Amino acid sequence: MKALTSSRFSAFIPFLVAAAVLFVLAPAVLSDFRLNLLARYLCFAIVAVGIGLAWGSGGMLTLGQGVFFGLGAYAMGLHMKLDDAGPGRAPDYMPPTTDFLPGWVEMFRSGIVTIVAIALLPALVALVLGLATFKRKVRGAYFAILSQALAAAFALLIIVLGSQSGNYTNGTNGLNNFRSFFGYDLDDPANQKMLFFIAAGFLLVMVAIARQLRNSRYGELLRACQSSEERVRFLGYDPANVKVVAYVIAAAMAGIGGALFVPVVGIITPLDVGVAPSIAMLIGVAIGGRGTLWGPVLGAIGVAWAQSTLSEQFPAFWTYIQGALFIVVIAFLPGGIAGVGAAIRNARGRWDDRRRGRTDPPAANPVETVKHDVGSMA
Amino acid sequence: MDVVVSQVFTGLSIGSILLLAAIGLALTFGQMGVINMAHGEFIMAGGYTAFVVQGLFDNAGVGLLLSIPVAFLVGGLLGVVLEMTLLRRMYHRPLDTLLVTYGVSLILQQLAKNIFGTQGKSVRTPTWLQGPLELFGFDFPKTRVFVLVLAVVTVVGLSVALKTTSLGRRIRATVQNRQLAECSGISSRATDRLTFFLGSGLAGIAGVALTQLSPVNSSVGQSYIINAFLIVVVGGIGQIKGAVIAAFVLGIGQAALEKIYDASLARIIVFVAIVAFLQLRPQGIFNVRTRSLA
Repeated sequence: MKALTSSRFSAFIPFLVAAAVLFVLAPAVLSDFRLNLLARYLCFAIVAVGIGLAWGSGGMLTLGQGVFFGLGAYAMGLHMKLDDAGPGRAPDYMPPTTDFLPGWVEMFRSGIVTIVAIALLPALVALVLGLATFKRKVRGAYFAILSQALAAAFALLIIVLGSQSGNYTNGTNGLNNFRSFFGYDLDDPANQKMLFFIAAGFLLVMVAIARQLRNSRYGELLRACQSSEERVRFLGYDPANVKVVAYVIAAAMAGIGGALFVPVVGIITPLDVGVAPSIAMLIGVAIGGRGTLWGPVLGAIGVAWAQSTLSEQFPAFWTYIQGALFIVVIAFLPGGIAGVGAAIRNARGRWDDRRRGRTDPPAANPVETVKHDVGSMA
Repeated sequence: MDVVVSQVFTGLSIGSILLLAAIGLALTFGQMGVINMAHGEFIMAGGYTAFVVQGLFDNAGVGLLLSIPVAFLVGGLLGVVLEMTLLRRMYHRPLDTLLVTYGVSLILQQLAKNIFGTQGKSVRTPTWLQGPLELFGFDFPKTRVFVLVLAVVTVVGLSVALKTTSLGRRIRATVQNRQLAECSGISSRATDRLTFFLGSGLAGIAGVALTQLSPVNSSVGQSYIINAFLIVVVGGIGQIKGAVIAAFVLGIGQAALEKIYDASLARIIVFVAIVAFLQLRPQGIFNVRTRSLA
């Protein structure tokens, strides 16, 4: 009983450390500018928690998280633009003569509708695509390609919606020049600090949700789907349903990350939601350790930090680094940094074996061992 | 009528380039189940090869014709290097190969930017490809006819090679059942390498073809790779006839939709149509039953 309580408590330690860092340490030591940058990284960390769930636990390589990120971001962006414009008026990027907006734009005037839509829209799109693919047993590589094609189509859709009969999304320029966030002035550093705390709070909640899911019976089923869908089916579960749930939750998390990104960063464009950013969202998760709870969070923050420090001064250099990171981490460190320890132990074990004159670990190659034994007996 | 014929023809030439891009992908994808995101950059490399080769000759025609085999070699060697250094180690992790090769594609794109600059490089059109070709009372641009002919010759050549040569038989055997192929004495390692050479070389040829329709730049691979993948998915992996049908349907569909709506909307409609199609036939137009991907 004592052991149980102490292990329960120890599970909270990372949360307590993270909360202390985010709510006490970071605001104390970082300037307003740096705090805003950190808030931006936290938005990507929220997306990463979802990717960790879908990809790390469920084995679904989602190459289209930018779509869900973008749905949340554009919902929030439209709301802020409409709110800035005032009741009954069109946002400033539309021609002043625009006095009639279609219902799907007009509904984002309501703050409550927007907040619901931020999580619900991505979840619905993920539900439709998830059911359409997983129920038909389209999986693995095919699912990855389809989710990627969805990202390409979505980025185009945003551009089309900004250039056709009505300019609803401001096309390639994207939404920017926001003045307020639910009535709070965005230029006020105090409100920027508030946004940071909101992002930090959401991140902790998302990690807590992910932890509960991972440790539940559902989490076990999800991991089982990754290793063998057929066996899950034989156990009487439909793997499609199990996977759709994780995919939908990951999409909702990406939507929330996107929605927070807009007030924090102040701009959202089609370039933030297409194929390249969707794949870039994976690299932090991979580096931190896709199968762990905190790895995706730390990896996403680390990569976002490296990108913003390196890419502004040396954009070419950063592209090389990013490419190399993909190659090295995925090919040689599939467990991410969290798996480094195990990888070293493994390599050490092999090295020791070699020194003792064994070329292969005995268990891995029983045939060799048998031959060896026969030889020594003779 | 004129409009219909010219749109169908434009669609056929779009389909030809998609086919050249996808056929190599279908081969390498079908062979090891690995997804080569750098395939698009092999196309780009083919395009730049045409640009470099033509720079060596005064005669644009000689340059263009010579660049076809050279681009095949360049693309093929890039593929072999990729297979030997990275993909060979990751044979059992097909999904991870997608991300690894995406890293390779990022590096190749940036490399191309640093070498050739961000401006697109145009390849001259030889005099014998300039102007229209009159056929059945219609005028067809000769460059598009060239692309179409190149695609047809390449694909027919490939399918004959796969059917009749011993290498082709080995490739088909490995695609259909790797273990059984190994049991019958086929070295699947060597076959993998040759398949990658062949498939990536075809990407190089696709690169040469597209220089006749638009200039080459560092992002040209990206604009083709997703469609090429979709063709492989729709056609069914490792299936040449499936890829041919899918490429031409996609090309003609895209050209037709572009005439009615605009290009972006056309691509969105094509994507939705493909997802809908996979509801009917999740395995693609044709499928090999013995293969399944993780």
